[in-house]
Amino acid sequence: MAQPTDRKYSRTHEWAMLAGDVATVGITQFAQEQLGDVVFVELPAAGTAVEAGKACGNIESVKAVSEVFSPVSGEVIEVNGELEAHPELVNKEPFGGGWLIRVRVGAGALDHLLDAAAYEAFLAEEGH
Amino acid sequence: MSEHRTLREREKLIFEVSTPGRIGYQLPALEVPKADPAATIPAAALREEIPDLPEVSEVDVIRHFTRLSKWNYSVDEGLYPLGSCTMKYNPRINEELARLAGFLHLHPLQPAELVQGALALMWELERALCAITGLAGVTLQPAAGAHGELTGMLMIRKALQTRGENRRVVLIPDSAHGTNPATAVFAGFEVVEIASTGQGTLDVDALRSHLESGDVAALMATVPNTLGVFEPEIARVAAMLHEKGAFLYVDGANLNAFVGIAQPGKMGADAIHINLHKTFSTPHGGGGPGAGPVAVSEALVPHLPVPVIEKVGDRFEMVWDRPGTIGKVRGFYGNFGMLLRALAYIRSLGRDGLKAMAEGAVLNANYIRASLEGIYNLKYTGPSLHEVVFDDSRQAAFGVHNVDIAKRLLDHGFHPPTMSFPLIVHGALMIEPTESEGIGELDAFIEAMRAIAREAEEDPELLHGAPYTTPVRRLDEVRAARQPVLRWRRT
Amino acid sequence: MHRYLAGPEDRRRMLERIGCTSVEELFASIPAEVRCGPLELPTGRSEEEVRREFWSLAGRNLTTECAACFLGAGVYRHVQPAVADALLWRGELFTAYTPYQPEVSQGTLQAIFEFQTFVCQLTEMDVANASMYDGATAVTEAALMARRVLPARRRVVLAASLHPDYKAVLRTYAEAQGIELTEVGWDAGGRLDAAGLAGALGPDVCAVIVQSPNVLGVIEDLAAVGAAARGAGALAVHAVAEATSLGILAPGGRFGFDVVCGELQAFGIPASFGGPLLGFFAARQGHVRQMPGRLVGETVDAEGRRAFVLTLSTREQHIRRAKATSNICTNHGLMALAATIVLSLLGKKGVREVALASHSLAEYVKAGIRGLGTGGARLAFDGSPTYNEFLVLHEDPEGLLSRLQQEGILGGVATARLDAALPAGVLVAVTERNTREECDRLLDALRRLA
Repeated sequence: MAQPTDRKYSRTHEWAMLAGDVATVGITQFAQEQLGDVVFVELPAAGTAVEAGKACGNIESVKAVSEVFSPVSGEVIEVNGELEAHPELVNKEPFGGGWLIRVRVGAGALDHLLDAAAYEAFLAEEGH
Repeated sequence: MSEHRTLREREKLIFEVSTPGRIGYQLPALEVPKADPAATIPAAALREEIPDLPEVSEVDVIRHFTRLSKWNYSVDEGLYPLGSCTMKYNPRINEELARLAGFLHLHPLQPAELVQGALALMWELERALCAITGLAGVTLQPAAGAHGELTGMLMIRKALQTRGENRRVVLIPDSAHGTNPATAVFAGFEVVEIASTGQGTLDVDALRSHLESGDVAALMATVPNTLGVFEPEIARVAAMLHEKGAFLYVDGANLNAFVGIAQPGKMGADAIHINLHKTFSTPHGGGGPGAGPVAVSEALVPHLPVPVIEKVGDRFEMVWDRPGTIGKVRGFYGNFGMLLRALAYIRSLGRDGLKAMAEGAVLNANYIRASLEGIYNLKYTGPSLHEVVFDDSRQAAFGVHNVDIAKRLLDHGFHPPTMSFPLIVHGALMIEPTESEGIGELDAFIEAMRAIAREAEEDPELLHGAPYTTPVRRLDEVRAARQPVLRWRRT
Repeated sequence: MHRYLAGPEDRRRMLERIGCTSVEELFASIPAEVRCGPLELPTGRSEEEVRREFWSLAGRNLTTECAACFLGAGVYRHVQPAVADALLWRGELFTAYTPYQPEVSQGTLQAIFEFQTFVCQLTEMDVANASMYDGATAVTEAALMARRVLPARRRVVLAASLHPDYKAVLRTYAEAQGIELTEVGWDAGGRLDAAGLAGALGPDVCAVIVQSPNVLGVIEDLAAVGAAARGAGALAVHAVAEATSLGILAPGGRFGFDVVCGELQAFGIPASFGGPLLGFFAARQGHVRQMPGRLVGETVDAEGRRAFVLTLSTREQHIRRAKATSNICTNHGLMALAATIVLSLLGKKGVREVALASHSLAEYVKAGIRGLGTGGARLAFDGSPTYNEFLVLHEDPEGLLSRLQQEGILGGVATARLDAALPAGVLVAVTERNTREECDRLLDALRRLA
C-alpha cells in the first residue's frame, strides 16, 4: 500500500513531517488499524523534551493501550488539542487531522527514519 | 436469561422510579429530644436534605432489584467456563452459616474474650490452609487475590530489607496475569518480563542468566501456568532462586488443579496467595468481595501482617507485638464472612473430597480438550490440568475471531470462556469448567462450540452480529470510553 | 463421591472419551518431588456435622445484639432492612461473576451504576468507582492517586486523627512507594491543628488527608483544610469512616476537595467481625483517568437501548499491567449492591432521619455524661461539634469497660486499643439503633462505676 511520500517513518509505525525546523508527528494508517477505535490520547505537554525511539505518550482503545514512541528528538511546541474531544481523528485522518504533536528539531533529525518506500517494504516484510 | 423477551419496558434506574413522598423504610420512634444539629455544629458544616436521593417504597425496591437480577447470568444457572476464575458452585450451607447471628453481629473491636469463637474459626482456617499448602504460616488479612499478591511481595521486600539487601527486580513471565506486574510495581519493584519457552513454560536458562545480576528479589510464577500446564521445573527453579538469595512467589489462582495432589511447600514456594473465591467456593457476588490469604514459608513468617492469632492453652489471642511485621494491609483482620464460608467448604469436602475436587477439575478440562481438539487450534500442546487454552486461528481463516465465538456462545446460553489471556496466545479462549459440572452440561457446551465452529465456516457474518437472544447486544463500548457517563443526573 | 461433584458414571464416560483408564494418569505432568500424601485434615462432613461445628463456634461469641452496644471506631451498628439480605440471597446476584460480558450482566452493571450515583450524591463529587475493599485501602489509594497526579511531589500530609487502621495501611503502602508521611496533630478542641497544618505544607506535598468526623468523633473545618491544601497546590482528600454522617454533614465535595473516600459500611453492611466491609472512592471529573477501581458507564446497544458496561478499563491492571492505576482487580460488588438497596429504601428522607436520630441520641448521652459532674468520666472535647461519636476521658478505660460489660453494656472502645497517642478514654458511638433505655442504662452505670 502506498504511503505518503511527504514524510518519513519509524519501525514503530509513527511518521514525522518536516516544515522548517518543526516536525509534525503522528501514527500511520497501519497503526490505527491495529489499535481499533481510539478512545483517548495521552500526549506530553508543550515544553517537554522528547527523544527519538523513546516512549512519549499513549493511545488507548477500549481494550488496549499502546505506547507512542517519538520518531524524533527535540522539544514539543504544540499538542493537537482537537484529540481530547475527538480522539477518532486518529482513526479517520491518521496522516492529517489526527496528528499528535509538533516538535522543534535540530538539523538531520529525520535522517535515521525510513522513507515511504522503505516503510512500505518494512510493512510487507512483517507480513502486512 | 430466557425470561426477558417480553414487551415490558426495560427496568429504569431507581432514581427514575422515584416518586415524591414515597418512603421505603421506617425507623423506630425517637425516644429522646430531637437535637437540632445547628445548635452544636457550625452552619457551614451542615447540609440540607440531599435533593436527588430517590423516594421509593419497599415494594418498588423489591421489584426493581428482582427484575435487575433476571438480566444476569450466574453460576446457579449454568456453566461459566472462565479460565483462571474457577467458577464453581457456591454452597448454600455456607451462606446460612455466614449469617448466623453469632458471626454476623460481631464488632471487630470487642475484647478477645468475647469473640473466642471467631478467633477459633480463623485459627482453624489458618491451620487448614497450612495443611493444604504445606507451608509454615498464613495471613488471612488480604481482601482479594491481588491484595494477597501485594501482601506477599511486601513481605519479601521486608525480608530483603532485614537482610540489608536492596534488590530491585522482580521477574515475571510474559504469560502472567496483569495483576502480577501491577503488584510488583506497587510493592516498589521494577518488573523484568521473561519470555516463555516454545512450550509456554518458564525459560529456566533465561531465569538463570537474570539471576547472575544479584539484583533479583523474586520470581512471580503461576502454577500451573496460565495455559493450565504444570511447570515441570518448578522445584529446580525454586532451588536456583534460593541459592541466589531470591524468593519464589506463586500466584495461586490455579490452585484448584492440584489440591491434595501437590503442595507449594514442596515446590519451594516462599509465598502463595489463595483466592478463596476461586478454589474455596466463596461467591463472586458480581465482582466481589473475595479473600486472598497468603501462605508463607518459615523465612517469611516473621513478616506476616499484624495482628497474628495465637493459641495459648485453649484460648485465642491477637498478638500485635511482632517486630518484623509489614504492618497492616487493610482495616481490621480480614474478610471474615468469606473466611467463614471457605472453612465450611473445606469441612464439607474434607481430606478426600478436596482431592476429588482437583481430580474432577482436571478430568472435566481434559474431557473438553479431547472433545474440541481438532476443531479449535491448540497452540501449546503440553498436558492440560484444570484449564485448556484454545485459540481462534482456524476460525480466523474465515474472518471469525474469539470475540465472535464468545458472543455466539451467549446465544447458546453459556457464559464465554476467558478471552485474550494469556497474552502469549493470540485470540485465546481459556476454558476452565471446574469440578462442579457433570457430563451433561459439558456435552451441551461442547455441542455449542462445535456448532459455532460450523457456523464460522458456513456463515461467518452471522457470528459477527452475535449475540441475538440476549437482553442487550453489541454495546457501543467505544462511546462509553470516549464520552464517559458514569452516573445518573436529573435532567 | 461428594454432593458438590459429578458422579462416578460421569467420570467413567469422560475417561473413556479422553482415552485414560484412571484420573491419576491426567496428573502425570506433576513431578514426584512436589507431590504430597493425604492432607492432614479431617474427612468430609455432612451438612448436619458442619452446622454443629459452626453453631458451636458461633455460640462462643457474645454479639453486639446481646448487650447495649456503643461500639464504633470504624464499624457502626445501623439499621439493616430485611429487604437487603432477602435480595442478596438471589443466586442471580450473588453467584454472578464480574460483569465483563455486559450482554448477560445488565443486572449487576445497572446496580453498580446506581451505586456510583448514590456515592456522588452523598459526597457531592463528579465521579465514583464501583467500590473498594474498605475505608483503609480507599484512603490509601487516594494518597497513591495524588502521587500519580503530582509526580514531582513525594510527601503526604495527614491528620493524626485519621482512624489508626487507615494510617497503618497508608504507612505500609507508602514505604514501598517512597512516599513520605507527615502527621499533623489536633488542637485543644480535637480538630486538625491549623498552625501545624500550615507548617507541614510545602511544594513537595501532593495530598492532604483529613477525616471528618475524625477518630475522636470531632467534626473538622473542611472549608479551612481544603483551602490550605489548595493554596499549597496539593490534592485535598476527605476521609469518611461513619458514612451516615453524610446525612447531615456537608461533604468534601462542597468545599472543592479532590477526593472524598472511605468506608460505607454504616449503610446496611453488618459488622461481621470487620469484614467484608465497603470502601468507596469519589473524585472530581478531572481525575477520572487516574482513579483506581472499576467504573461502570452508560452507553447504547446495537438497537439503541440504554445499557451499562465496564469502561475506562485501560486504567486497570489486566490491561495496563505494570503501569496500572492500581493493582486492584476485585471490588466489593455484593456489598456495594447491599448499600445500594439500603440507600434506595432509606431514600431522601431516611438518609437524613438516620443521621438526625443518631445525632440526637448521641447528644442525649453527652448531656447525661456532662450531668455526671466531676466524676471519673468526662467528655474530652466538650465544646467541639460531634456527630454520633465522642471521647469520654477516664483514667482506667479498660477497667471501666470491664465493669460495664458485667452489666451487659459494651460501653465503647478504649483508645489504647486503637492508638497509644490518643488521650486515655473510651470512644462512645450512639446510633438510631440504641434505645433510650440502653442510653439510660449506660449513664446510670457510668454514674456508679466510673
